[in-house]
Amino acid sequence: MRAYLMRLAAIAAIAGVAGYYAAALAAAAPPERIALTAAKFAFSSREIRLRKGRPVTFVLSSPDFAHGFSVPDFNLRKDVMPGKTVEVTFTPDRAGRFIFLCDNFCGEGHDQMAGVLVVTDD
Amino acid sequence: MATTIDRREFLKLAGIGGAVFASGLPGCATTGAAQEDFYFVQLSDIHLGYDNPKVNPEAKSTLARAVAAVNSLEQKPDFVVFTGDLTQTTDEPKIRRQRLTEFRDIAAGLKVPKVYYFAGEHDAALDRGEAYQEIIGGPLYYTYDHKGVHFIVLDNISDPAPILGEKQIEWLKADLARQKTDAPIVVLTHRPLFPLYPQWDWATRDGMQAVDALMPYKNVTVFYGHIHHEHHHRTGHIEHHASRAIMFPLSPVGTAPAKTQLPWDAARPFNGLGFRTVEAGAGGAGPKMWEQPLVKA
Repeated sequence: MRAYLMRLAAIAAIAGVAGYYAAALAAAAPPERIALTAAKFAFSSREIRLRKGRPVTFVLSSPDFAHGFSVPDFNLRKDVMPGKTVEVTFTPDRAGRFIFLCDNFCGEGHDQMAGVLVVTDD
Repeated sequence: MATTIDRREFLKLAGIGGAVFASGLPGCATTGAAQEDFYFVQLSDIHLGYDNPKVNPEAKSTLARAVAAVNSLEQKPDFVVFTGDLTQTTDEPKIRRQRLTEFRDIAAGLKVPKVYYFAGEHDAALDRGEAYQEIIGGPLYYTYDHKGVHFIVLDNISDPAPILGEKQIEWLKADLARQKTDAPIVVLTHRPLFPLYPQWDWATRDGMQAVDALMPYKNVTVFYGHIHHEHHHRTGHIEHHASRAIMFPLSPVGTAPAKTQLPWDAARPFNGLGFRTVEAGAGGAGPKMWEQPLVKA
């Protein structure tokens, strides 16, 4: 029994160390780059999948209006001026579904201009 | 003619058919001598020009119904205030002007001594209030006084970004500096000043700067619209009350995965739509309010 428990503890320790190094490697990896266009009245992706702890850079552009890109749950926002590219980098520190939206009123379809970041643990 | 209403008489007259929300503020007891008490009506989110029969098949007549409902109140209010989104937004400046003109003409049917207006983002964000000021008239933010109560109208809608802006916040501070700290103050605005739910655009980015400026004042109440349902919140001692909409109701936070216009219920037409009657006064009691249905059952 004791040997069994010791084996379990060893496995848990190895898993913990592996998890720690995996997270550290993810954090140290260059940010994943995701291009996202904001145009009346939608973003080019409605659902974006991210990994917890893995940095991401959104490369934002707009052809038609000074849209906003906002992820309130991560206190993240940028104005996206037409004809210019702007980047914003962050590391999601928790898993879940988080709304992103245009938070500059842009016209008739403004209320529909939103999407979801799906952040997973693995 | 100005009318001083006994508070118990007002309760009798204005409370019929409406749900009452009583202030829980310390010092805002519901008893005591009425001192120049009066009442006003808040109408919000009219969205004239809105067109979605699944949500409101009576859209074309809804503002006229609201005007008739206010005109049929047993006790005439001292004034009506429209708290923004008078029209449904449009990318066409010509249509925006047509809608604002139609709104103005129907609202002119209100049989009340005074009507105050201010814009919502649907009216003003795409042209920074140009058409609104041309047709409805007046500044986008302003103050007025009524029977000892100081009203402050704030504009968090005429910039496409939901902000008040540094200039307006300085203007607010300068106005407040002229008020006593126990002065009764009512703030009227379209969007919530506090971050109710920024995920659905229910916030003003710099709104808490205004709340901070208001904080030294003991008797402040904020009335707003934008979220299309009744909501009550407190930041410190300051209460914030959102009104129902005239045109369509929106789902409260936590009841839908996304901001949702609630569908029309044929069994209960105009369900969730309505306006607010507010009793206020300089007598030291905080405002009391009643949510009135657009159409009485």
